[in-house]
Amino acid sequence: MTVPVEITINGKACSGEVEERQLLVHFIRENAGLTGTKVGCDTSQCGTCTVQLDGVSAKSCTVLTVQASGSSVTTIEGISDGVDLHPLQEAFWNNHGLQCGFCTPGMIMAANELLSKNPSPTREEIRHGLEGNICRCTGYQNIVSAVEDAAKAMGGR
Amino acid sequence: MTTRIFGSGIRRREDPRLITGRASYTDDIKLPGTLHAAILRSPYAHANIKSVDATGAAGQPGVVAVYTGEDTDGVLNGLPCAWLIPGSDLKTPAHPAIAKDKVRYVGDAVAVVVAETRYQAEDALEHISVDYEPLDVVVSPKAAAQDGAPQLHEDVPNNIAFTWALAGGDTDAAFADAAVTVSDTITLPRLIANPMEPRSALAQWSAAMGELTLWNTTQNPHIARFVTCVVTSVPEHKIRVIAPEVGGGFGSKIPYYADEAITAFCSMKLGVPVKWTETRSENYLITTQGRDHIEEVEMAATSDGVITGLRTTVYAGMGGYLSTAAPGVPTILHGLMYSGPYNIPNISGTVYGVFNNGAPVDAYRGAGRPEATMLLERMVDLVAAAVGQDPAEVRRKNLIPKFENGHDVATGITYDSGDYESALDSCLSAAGYEALRAEQAQARADGRCVGVGVSSYVEICGLGPSQVAGAVGFQGGLWESAIIRFYPTGKANVMVGSSPHGQGEETTFAQIVAGELGVEVDDVEVIHGDTDNTPMGWGTYGSRTTAVSGAAIAVAARKIKEKSRALAAHLLEAAPEDIEYEDGRFYVRGSPDQHKTIQDIALMANVAWNMPEGMEPGLEASAFYDPPNFTYPFGAHIAVVEVDPETGRIDLQRYVAVDDCGVQINPMIVEGQVHGGVVQGVGPALWEGAVYDDDGQLVTGSMLDYALPRADLLPDIEVSSNTTPSPHHPLGVKGIGEAGTIASTPTVYNAVMDALRPLGVTRVDMPLTPEKVWRAINDARNGG
Ligand code: FES
Ligand code: FES
Repeated sequence: MTVPVEITINGKACSGEVEERQLLVHFIRENAGLTGTKVGCDTSQCGTCTVQLDGVSAKSCTVLTVQASGSSVTTIEGISDGVDLHPLQEAFWNNHGLQCGFCTPGMIMAANELLSKNPSPTREEIRHGLEGNICRCTGYQNIVSAVEDAAKAMGGR
Repeated sequence: MTTRIFGSGIRRREDPRLITGRASYTDDIKLPGTLHAAILRSPYAHANIKSVDATGAAGQPGVVAVYTGEDTDGVLNGLPCAWLIPGSDLKTPAHPAIAKDKVRYVGDAVAVVVAETRYQAEDALEHISVDYEPLDVVVSPKAAAQDGAPQLHEDVPNNIAFTWALAGGDTDAAFADAAVTVSDTITLPRLIANPMEPRSALAQWSAAMGELTLWNTTQNPHIARFVTCVVTSVPEHKIRVIAPEVGGGFGSKIPYYADEAITAFCSMKLGVPVKWTETRSENYLITTQGRDHIEEVEMAATSDGVITGLRTTVYAGMGGYLSTAAPGVPTILHGLMYSGPYNIPNISGTVYGVFNNGAPVDAYRGAGRPEATMLLERMVDLVAAAVGQDPAEVRRKNLIPKFENGHDVATGITYDSGDYESALDSCLSAAGYEALRAEQAQARADGRCVGVGVSSYVEICGLGPSQVAGAVGFQGGLWESAIIRFYPTGKANVMVGSSPHGQGEETTFAQIVAGELGVEVDDVEVIHGDTDNTPMGWGTYGSRTTAVSGAAIAVAARKIKEKSRALAAHLLEAAPEDIEYEDGRFYVRGSPDQHKTIQDIALMANVAWNMPEGMEPGLEASAFYDPPNFTYPFGAHIAVVEVDPETGRIDLQRYVAVDDCGVQINPMIVEGQVHGGVVQGVGPALWEGAVYDDDGQLVTGSMLDYALPRADLLPDIEVSSNTTPSPHHPLGVKGIGEAGTIASTPTVYNAVMDALRPLGVTRVDMPLTPEKVWRAINDARNGG
């Protein structure tokens, strides 16, 4: 019982035959082979699977692959080429915004959307904006600093 | 310049792969032909297994094999407990990887399905039918130890796995003579470690070579290899364990689990790679949890608040089986720390390790020490209230005075160095303590519930001298080793047996080499996590990686330096004692122009064209470092909270931490450890706690029900530090991984209790959820 899908991931067309019940996060990880997007829970609580779906941030564990067919997805691998870093990546690095790194891709993707909606957030607003993403290592403080820093670098203030 | 890299907060060298999504964690690794395993788990907390019928699963789409306890019985050995504390009548009942006759907690493995995809494997689980005969269940560790409680293991009367006792001084006399005694029962609920990466195992068996490769989410790959050998009977030298990127552990990735043994078993049976990755729901059921203490505590003091004695009885839940290090946690890592930073001449304690129908309990960040610090700091606050003095002042008068090289406490251990009063003073001044108390008085006058909590702590870290490990029954050593290898171009690799998984040692270890040998940090690459290309070591836990593994690196670097000095002397035609070293250069005393850099030496040693008589070629050194003592980091923390008496809601307004972890190699990383540690300790004070119902079902079975700290619930933490070097450590380092978690639970708890005191509330069990706080306030109002 498979259905054909085609999803543009990081600008590249990815097609496949998938089960109707397949979660988008599994398509990204297994079919497209992009493992930067993580699976940290099975109840849509942790945010490690956060990607951009047609420009809006989404938890890719809550979306079926078939629902995303025809859409375009950006993952952590798509926001920079891995060498010339996105300002958020740079800021996470500079501010020690990560320890084990497992939450980081989702955190950066969520922060990216936060900044697109609010280019100059206060620390308080950043904390609220990221409450859907869990980090168990950093205590969030340096993540908040990183997002603040990235906002400045991206011209917010 | 380069030498100053040691001690500076340079950004981490592991980050580029992590921030770009290019790092590979276990579940990211794909081997051609991999099959996927899913494990059927008991829905009962306690039941006999009457029969397992797996035939229905075998024919399901994609299913390749189904195995039950009948298949693993006699093939896989039981999971060993590796901390056999002496003198405690310890019982170590069998712990089979797949249960055959009986299950003892919800989540106990009963069968495994291997299929082409994970979806198929999980689907097929539904087609295995198991006939269970449910048995009575016991959850509370104290209840489990009573006569008549349901028995988990036949040969363990009253479920008591061990009874461990500690006595120093004459506690009975201290209590008989005491002007003031205080007491309380402190419940530390089970905590779920929640590293963001779930556990995972990928096993690849090569029948032709008789070799097993296991990619595993572990904090200690060399121990994992050791235990894999014990459980699978594959010879140790034919096993390769790789801990690739590991997404946090906090202790929960120390133990050896049934799941990796089962995954290896499947690969060995089928001759293809097999992968298993837990879901978060599984993680909540099966991955080891922390704490589960019921602590009955009394403290004796003079009327002036000088502590004279401490007495405890502790019931420590072990879960259904003894996990790898479980018995050591509530005993050696807990009871021995009962003096804390205080002079307490008379201390006695009894700890019962008790089987109960929940997930096995083992080390979780702080492991034993948060449980000890909690009871001490609670008691000190009760003494302060009883004698009517400020809690900071009562602490001050009981703190052990500054010492630089050794101080014995009544529990029989010797702290390395300490300056507890300075830490307290620094914290009081950073917090503006006097002003805080004045503001609090004003707030109270205005009818607001503001509380200030103070705690002082000391922890035992840098585990530890291997001789002591042996004496306390740890079935392994606790030394670390390192190899530093210079190549002809002057670049170097450092290979270590420890296994950092978020703590940043790829950076700090390179900083140690840079500091010792004057090379650029970028010229040093740290290799860890793979038993095939790293020297033996015991792993990353107990705030020991920088303390022990880092010391091994420093010692190895110093060997490199001595060899380099001798070779430089030879090449410069000078006597070795005339060679001076500075910043990566060896020069003839008095003529700095006549010099060889470490890079020159690396080249000349590797080509070996002109070596002194008897000197071996190459520039490589290895060191095995067995610490002479533990390290004892310490500090003082203060929290400020406001409680809304109408709703019971607690607002954590400020948190001030002053920690002294000895010499800091990278202050940015130290600060990050404090942030994360503090938040992990605030969690159980305010929100976190695993709840099992009377049937042993985990009520808090997902991130929806188990309240993890989130970004919007926390203030910025105000962090600063003092530096009291460890006298016995080659770099003066002590360790910082667990400090925050150890201090913050009692600090926040005490702050809330301080806020509630005027309302007549004297105790509330953790976590201090709004509902519990609200009820306590109302009970007090109603004269409860
Ligand atoms: S995996 Fe946790 S929210 Fe998607
Ligand atoms: S860095 Fe480990 S979970 Fe966030």
